[in-house]
Amino acid sequence: MTEQIGLRAPRKEDHRLLVGDGRFGADVRPSHTVHVRIVRSPIAHGVVRGVDTTEAKAVRGVVDVVTAADLPSDLRIPVRLDVGEADLSAYLQPVLAKETVRYVGEPLAAVVAESAYVAEDAAELVDIDIDERDVLLDVDDGPALVADTLRLGFGDVDAAFEAAAKVVSTDVSIGRHTAVPMEPRALTVDYSPATGALDVFGATKVPVFNRHVLADLLGIDQNAIRMHAVDAGGGFGVRGEFYPEDFLIPWLATRLRRPMAWVEDRAEHLVAVNHSREQRHRVEAAFDSDGRLLGLRADVRHDNGAYVRTHGVIVPELTLAMLPGPYRVPAYAGRVRVMLTNKTPCGTYRAPGRFEGTTAREQLFDKAAAELGVDRVELRRRNLLSPAELPHTRAMNTLGTDVVLDAGDYPGLLDRALAKVDDLEWRELVRGARAAGRRVGLGVSMFLEKSGLGPHDTADVEITSTGRIRVHSGGTSLGQGIETVLAQIVADEFGVDIDQVDVVNGDTLLQPYGTGSWASRSTVVAGSAVRGAGREVAARMRDLGARMLEVSPDDVEVTAAQVRVRGAAMNAVTFADVWRASQPGSTWLAADEPAGLYARHRFSVDHMTYPYGAHVCVAEIDPGTGGIEVLRYLVAYEVGRAVNPTLVEGQLRGGVAQGVGGALLERFSYDDAGQPQATTFMDYLMPTASEVPVVDLVVCEDAPATTNPLGVRGAGEGGLTGAGAAIASAVSDALDLPSIGELPITPGAVIGYVRQAASESGNRQ
Amino acid sequence: MIDRHLVTLTVNGREHELLLESRKTLADTLREDLGLTGTHLGCEHGICGACTVLLDGEPVRACLVFGVQADGAEVRTVESLAEEGGELNDLQQSFSRNHGLQCGFCTPGFLMLAEAYLDTDPVGDAEEVREVVSANLCRCTGYQGIVDAVVEVAAARKEQRQA
Repeated sequence: MTEQIGLRAPRKEDHRLLVGDGRFGADVRPSHTVHVRIVRSPIAHGVVRGVDTTEAKAVRGVVDVVTAADLPSDLRIPVRLDVGEADLSAYLQPVLAKETVRYVGEPLAAVVAESAYVAEDAAELVDIDIDERDVLLDVDDGPALVADTLRLGFGDVDAAFEAAAKVVSTDVSIGRHTAVPMEPRALTVDYSPATGALDVFGATKVPVFNRHVLADLLGIDQNAIRMHAVDAGGGFGVRGEFYPEDFLIPWLATRLRRPMAWVEDRAEHLVAVNHSREQRHRVEAAFDSDGRLLGLRADVRHDNGAYVRTHGVIVPELTLAMLPGPYRVPAYAGRVRVMLTNKTPCGTYRAPGRFEGTTAREQLFDKAAAELGVDRVELRRRNLLSPAELPHTRAMNTLGTDVVLDAGDYPGLLDRALAKVDDLEWRELVRGARAAGRRVGLGVSMFLEKSGLGPHDTADVEITSTGRIRVHSGGTSLGQGIETVLAQIVADEFGVDIDQVDVVNGDTLLQPYGTGSWASRSTVVAGSAVRGAGREVAARMRDLGARMLEVSPDDVEVTAAQVRVRGAAMNAVTFADVWRASQPGSTWLAADEPAGLYARHRFSVDHMTYPYGAHVCVAEIDPGTGGIEVLRYLVAYEVGRAVNPTLVEGQLRGGVAQGVGGALLERFSYDDAGQPQATTFMDYLMPTASEVPVVDLVVCEDAPATTNPLGVRGAGEGGLTGAGAAIASAVSDALDLPSIGELPITPGAVIGYVRQAASESGNRQ
Repeated sequence: MIDRHLVTLTVNGREHELLLESRKTLADTLREDLGLTGTHLGCEHGICGACTVLLDGEPVRACLVFGVQADGAEVRTVESLAEEGGELNDLQQSFSRNHGLQCGFCTPGFLMLAEAYLDTDPVGDAEEVREVVSANLCRCTGYQGIVDAVVEVAAARKEQRQA
């Protein structure tokens, strides 16, 4: 039987998605479902004088209209991921605003109606009286409210800077982005009047955690709630966190004792779902006379928007923790201030903290190379940790674990990336284009990723009546192909093809302990749990099969959907035979032996595993229009072991596309009153096939992770982490500037840089 | 007073008589009245293309067409592509083979867009395909697999036509 791990197996998800049989949040419609429309604040900051629902309630087809006054109490949504010491409770978001609104889009009321159309009509009749207050939209304007100040670091950084032969500093701002999954958020709640039970469809990411929060807020037992993580149209960090709607829709179902559905429209998605990224970084590096790093400083201002949401301060914390990257940094001091403004609150978005910090650090390296007169690549190579220095412990703690960089070869990966660039003749391409008068630049970035965050995940594996293998895992399907990956992992324990495996993810009744899919962790942690459970079931099958075959368990093997005597393939029983032998009443079972072929396995891990990579790209600027085109792109990435190389490549390519968006196109802007200016896809620009280049890949399996039995490292984010840095590097190279101060790099900014360079060269003459 | 119209729609070869509110979109009509939930709504303002269906053979944004506008027309949705027994058509197979989908939400729109394009007897090179599929948005794949899939089917169908 061919080993399934490592195969480019076709995805189990594909058939249903290709024929239109996917089951997304808005596809589940129990009979007599009513529809919810959220009424949101049209004002960025103000005191709520009144919310009059009279007219809305009078609309035919309206079932109910609720405001904060109707809610059971002043509920606030708790933090899911606590880091740091600060008490953030004062900044948590209420379910519905009561006295104050703090951003445009903040939920104020909910309308329930027989159809979504009527709900929208009536929502427009809810009369909101808000006394406007001054807004704070820029962390540099006025005294911003600092919700938390975090510091991370190690070594004597002051001494390092005092001893430096050269100190280089730069400022890098990252724009306000969000993930924009193609499916807007959707929730359907089926309510059983007989039992009070709630079936919640569409909470795809961390359903077990969300069930816990929902039960707490509703004051009911967790067993009354069953979350179903159905198909999800992309997640990238934002989908499936616990938002105000995740309380409101189930609560309305219990209040009205009816099935309830809510689907946000894109305009509300863009003001309601977590934003991310908006940070300003002041970074400084101290070098000795050989261009070796002595110390690094980072001072970061994080614009967190109006409230602290479920991620707490994890994004700014990760920024600091990951900012030293794959380099040898003897001393480091990072500080980040988490500041509140009158904008949509923030959370994670794919490669949180790393896209930002990597861009800042790598731009600092580009500038340092220019100031030190050292080649950009050479400066990096000189400072990368060598294989002999790994594992490398950084004397700081993040996400509750020590930072221990596990096995790897950072300089080796950079070499492989550059060898590929040579094969592709990109340097010649750049030289030729420049000789022809075109403004073309080559960009490079190195990055460190993190993945496989513990502390644990749980998986169940069982054999079914027809001899199929069924997995109930804690991973959730957000489009990444986790069903296929888990099937490949478990198939090898039974010597079967993945067609014989069914994976059911994210159903809290079937898997009440799953930790969900986020932080590039599900292949690593959930995958290891599935492997463990599969191994236990296979052992039990050997045991029971041996009894049936009347031989010793050591003499049988589990393979090709059979338990068979080694060396005597004819002497075998099928999985279905063994299943029957495991049923209650079977003569093969001992009196005290549990029935069924089933195991639950919990996999725990102390440390994350750290993938790493390099991005190289070629970009061209048009000095006339300020337009930027990414002409070539390469990602080299160490994944430890690729369970399915095709899916790893897909993750990397998809990440690059989002990186192109983040580097060049995507930004939420606001007017002076705090009115969002990007509420449609005409204003929030995402890359189409015309803006995304062909991506060349070097996927390395040179450094299997030591923290899990599969040796895998997560692949979800590495396509994005280094993209802002590499594109900024290419653009600065094309512009002959040492660094770029702000992402996204807009055409207007390019024109500004071109004019600035022209006037400087004019001054020189 | 809700304004309703009796309309006749032929969807995937089957005729349906429906009483539709005049403001109801074709996308909602397909999803809610006919249960064809393969057509997805990603933005409802005509940019993302997830709701692309064929209206008398032409790709349209089903979020920007009212159900009543399709009165008497032939509509094709993603549910029409596979064979009766569920066997995927050449384009669907090619999407899977080339990893042209991840979350699959935008996929029905890309498939219908590509079906219309492939019906035009196109050149079918990567440059042209990239331009065509830039009509729709995908947030997962980076588009490479989508472009590869359509290029591959364009070549295969051309060969079939010439054979």
